[in-house]
Amino acid sequence: MSMSEAEVRTFTINFGPVHPSAHGVLRLILELDGEIVERVDPHIGLLHRGTEKLIETKTYLQAVPYFDRLDYVAPMNQEHAFALAVEKLLELEVPRRGQLIRVLYSEIGRLLAHLMNVTTQAMDVGALTPPLWGFEQREKLMVFYERASGSRMHAAYIRPGGVHQDLPQDLIDDIATFCETFPKALADIDSLLTNNRIFKQRNVDIGVVGLDDAWNWGFSGVMVRGSGAAWDLRKSQPYECYAEMDFDIPIGKNGDCYDRYLIRMEEMRQSTKIMKQCIEKLNAPEGRGPVSSLDGKVVPPSRGDMKRSMEALIHHFKLYTEGYKVPAGEVYAAVEAPKGEFGVYLVSDGTNKPYRCKIRAPGFAHLSAMDFLCRGHMLADVSAILGSLDIVFGEVDR
Amino acid sequence: MDEAIQVDPLMDLGGHIAGSLGSAVLAQDVAYGELTLTVERDSIVKVATFLRDDSRCRFISMVDVCGVDYPERDERFEVVYHFMSPHLNQRIRVKLSADDMHPVPSITSVFRGADWFEREAYDLYGVLFSGHPDLRRILTDYGFDGHPLRKDFPTTGFVEVRYDEERKRVVYEPVKLMQEFRSFDYLSPWEGTDYVLPGDEKAKQ
Repeated sequence: MSMSEAEVRTFTINFGPVHPSAHGVLRLILELDGEIVERVDPHIGLLHRGTEKLIETKTYLQAVPYFDRLDYVAPMNQEHAFALAVEKLLELEVPRRGQLIRVLYSEIGRLLAHLMNVTTQAMDVGALTPPLWGFEQREKLMVFYERASGSRMHAAYIRPGGVHQDLPQDLIDDIATFCETFPKALADIDSLLTNNRIFKQRNVDIGVVGLDDAWNWGFSGVMVRGSGAAWDLRKSQPYECYAEMDFDIPIGKNGDCYDRYLIRMEEMRQSTKIMKQCIEKLNAPEGRGPVSSLDGKVVPPSRGDMKRSMEALIHHFKLYTEGYKVPAGEVYAAVEAPKGEFGVYLVSDGTNKPYRCKIRAPGFAHLSAMDFLCRGHMLADVSAILGSLDIVFGEVDR
Repeated sequence: MDEAIQVDPLMDLGGHIAGSLGSAVLAQDVAYGELTLTVERDSIVKVATFLRDDSRCRFISMVDVCGVDYPERDERFEVVYHFMSPHLNQRIRVKLSADDMHPVPSITSVFRGADWFEREAYDLYGVLFSGHPDLRRILTDYGFDGHPLRKDFPTTGFVEVRYDEERKRVVYEPVKLMQEFRSFDYLSPWEGTDYVLPGDEKAKQ
């Protein structure tokens, strides 16, 4: 055997695209030296549906449901970013009750996403119980989605101008009850994981990211907060009525997978706190009123108005055929989605369809750093790191 | 006392950047509360480095790189960069024009996170990036032909795939539409159009 043959010890394995801890359809080409990862080449695009191209052929209202299908773990947060971008171009104001409902459902989305991520990450490192407990809570939250929008996942509820329909009072009361019981369920999951020896061995000091690297790689959300940046768009660039909400931003010290887990757990507690404030404000007299803008040129009229007003009938017809025209211009609007900064770069040419709608998905930037994060780690750490990145392929592949 | 002249901080910041970079910045604009700089294509690395390192900017976060297609222009593509400065709590948009012949210098040496975003712009629009470590397709299928987000690429595409039970493999075939692709013209005003709608040529004048 010649020297060169003996020296070459790396071999290549294919991870995914159908692997339970690939979180969807990720295909990783891993170059290994024994069990040490030498290079990671993620192949994405297996769930590419051409969302941006499709949006260019649809009216602004018809584009909304595509956003549910991006990060399908927290659908409304995506719609929210699109609605903000369109409203910025239209210079449209959302009434207070509409803003409160948006914030309430954005936080429900955050719970949905973090519950999914925390518990499936635990499953990636070998724990089976947390997903079962977490999904019980997710089920309740999805029923809240269904009761507001008629759909458990693909809500199309947050629309440019406000939200589609008002919430019935008993739904608000039930969400309030949920907020009382959820901390107990969260404490149960916490007791399974936070001090669990195996969970800590698999996550502490794994996938460490320094803050400078995090910014340079385009990270956002939990991925920069885990590395110590007190940065949250809800605080630093507040949209809707986040400015008047009282909540804290947890940050990490070490930038490892365990810190990111702890941040997600704390963010769920903070989200519950925000939800409680929203409900209180929704029940107050100032929280009553319309849920979407009264501009008839953008927001369709109510059924009742259509029966009585000719103008409302014309508006309804025009809005559901031609749609509304958005002034020419370009804007970038971003929300603090559960996974990080979810942005929409919208270019309008003054017609009823977006000229260009670039979707800036946080998971795309996070996944692009897989090689940087995994180099030198063991093969088993790849799934732990992937879990803590919080990847959902709907938004990565678009 | 006279009222202090209110200087828009964004205009001020834009002036500072344009002043420091000289001829690299072709235009600056503030619209909808967002600062947009149009820069020369070959100077983008210099611009990105300045934005990241200058003590008054510190746009250390790479947010997005994407392409936009304007087929009627001489240089049909725009490459749009978004950066964010957590120190200023400010965003900036940098644009440059490009075509499918002359490459745009890659900013991966300045922002490593730009890697995939530039690959995506190449994949979907065919914008070339020089100095990119690994300019491959990213979102489309292995062996895909064409750049799907160009305005002249049909939404239905050219090929479709299905699993062939006889040959026991996935086969690629030209797209067959079971129903004509519906593209309604909602924009024609009620007073009539300045072009002939299909079928109208048969009507007696």
